[in-house]
Amino acid sequence: MDKKISVPISRDDASALRAGDYVLLTGTIYTARDAAHKRMQETLDAGGELPFDIRDNVIYYMGPSPAREGRPIGSAGPTTASRMDKYTPSLLDMGLGAMIGKGKRSPAVKEAIVRNGSVYFAAVGGAGAILSKRILSSEVIAYGDLGTEAVRRLEVKDFPVIVVIDSLGNDLYETVVNEYRTI
Amino acid sequence: MALRTIQAEEITRNIKEMCIEANHFLSPDMRRVFENAVSEEKSPLGRQILGQLQENLQIAGEDMIPICQDTGMAVIFMKIGQDVHIEGGSLREAVDEGVRQGYTEGYLRKSVVGDPLERVNTKDNTPAVLHTEIVDGGQIEITVAPKGFGSENMSRIFMLKPADGIEGVKEAILTAVRDAGPNACPPMVVGVGIGGTFEKCALMAKHALTRDLSEESSVPYVRELEREMLEKINGLGIGPGGLGGTVTALAVNIEMYPTHIAGLPVAVNICCHVNRHARRVI
Repeated sequence: MDKKISVPISRDDASALRAGDYVLLTGTIYTARDAAHKRMQETLDAGGELPFDIRDNVIYYMGPSPAREGRPIGSAGPTTASRMDKYTPSLLDMGLGAMIGKGKRSPAVKEAIVRNGSVYFAAVGGAGAILSKRILSSEVIAYGDLGTEAVRRLEVKDFPVIVVIDSLGNDLYETVVNEYRTI
Repeated sequence: MALRTIQAEEITRNIKEMCIEANHFLSPDMRRVFENAVSEEKSPLGRQILGQLQENLQIAGEDMIPICQDTGMAVIFMKIGQDVHIEGGSLREAVDEGVRQGYTEGYLRKSVVGDPLERVNTKDNTPAVLHTEIVDGGQIEITVAPKGFGSENMSRIFMLKPADGIEGVKEAILTAVRDAGPNACPPMVVGVGIGGTFEKCALMAKHALTRDLSEESSVPYVRELEREMLEKINGLGIGPGGLGGTVTALAVNIEMYPTHIAGLPVAVNICCHVNRHARRVI
């Protein structure tokens, strides 16, 4: 059964999810990928403020293709999350509620997810056209000079994701592979 | 044979169209292996993901939304007949202008930074990565293969020893795919280069990804190796989206070249399920 969750995500909702749950997200999320994470870290190091309130918010690791006229966004699937691992534990400790990406995370990220009762979701990689249909609006709110890597505020409706790492430290990528492995 | 003149702007126009085509429509051979994958996958979640990917392909074509937001760095192979004369501009500029027009007018993502360390976006997805080869004849064969970096980042090169032999090659391929896991957006297409030199085997691995998937190697034992490795990779359990299953790869394509008495280079270039390649002859 699909679980419907509203975002920003409450700590109770995030920590109750379990690896393998299929979830539909509705509400507001923010995009940030490599260059935006680097800049956010530099901002924090310099004592500045992040472009959005990180507490309980969800970061989607995604850089869209340009929108055609009359559409909110172009193709909009997840990028590989591990490139953001370096920056993630400190954002989780500041209150980041959840992340959406694809691929494995580092042990340090997993520990920070457990420590903070948050959650890591995967969206299906390479399904950017279908995922764009679940995004109702998109607005660049910071770092516009980074083009596709700018920070965007997205309104999403029933955005489909799967829980990969839960607040107990379960990692779906590690468990499911064993079910089908024959060599 | 008389010289044949081809206008640079004809090359530009074709490359522009091919960039747009490749990012919205998979070639028929890719669509076929997708259909086989759906019927072969044993995991219910895996089948659901493959179904989503097929629906994604349909939406991409109908609504002209790129199949994947990572519309790639434009890798272009050109086989240029030695009897061809290009007129009206330089080949390099004609190619980059085609990429520029394709990525701008086709609403494709600009994913290229001009300097790998300073990292400022060039804003038009140029330059392309261009590989030219001079061949017989009076035509130009162009292959446009936009390459996404989720899978490119998981690609590997192994400088094996001759004593490692075919078993070493098999282990290298499995290691690359196992380590790639969910990061490379499986089900993958696996391009392998064996032999040559360091750069030659990497180039063969890339070129192998552009081979029509309905074709197998013309060398009987390499054909067997391709089939065996596909079966072994699908035994890793990674599955669609890396979420478990029996379809981890759609194909394994191997290219070979003579090598040095001291070496056995093996390159594994991994591509996600959006293995784009458009080909035209002008």
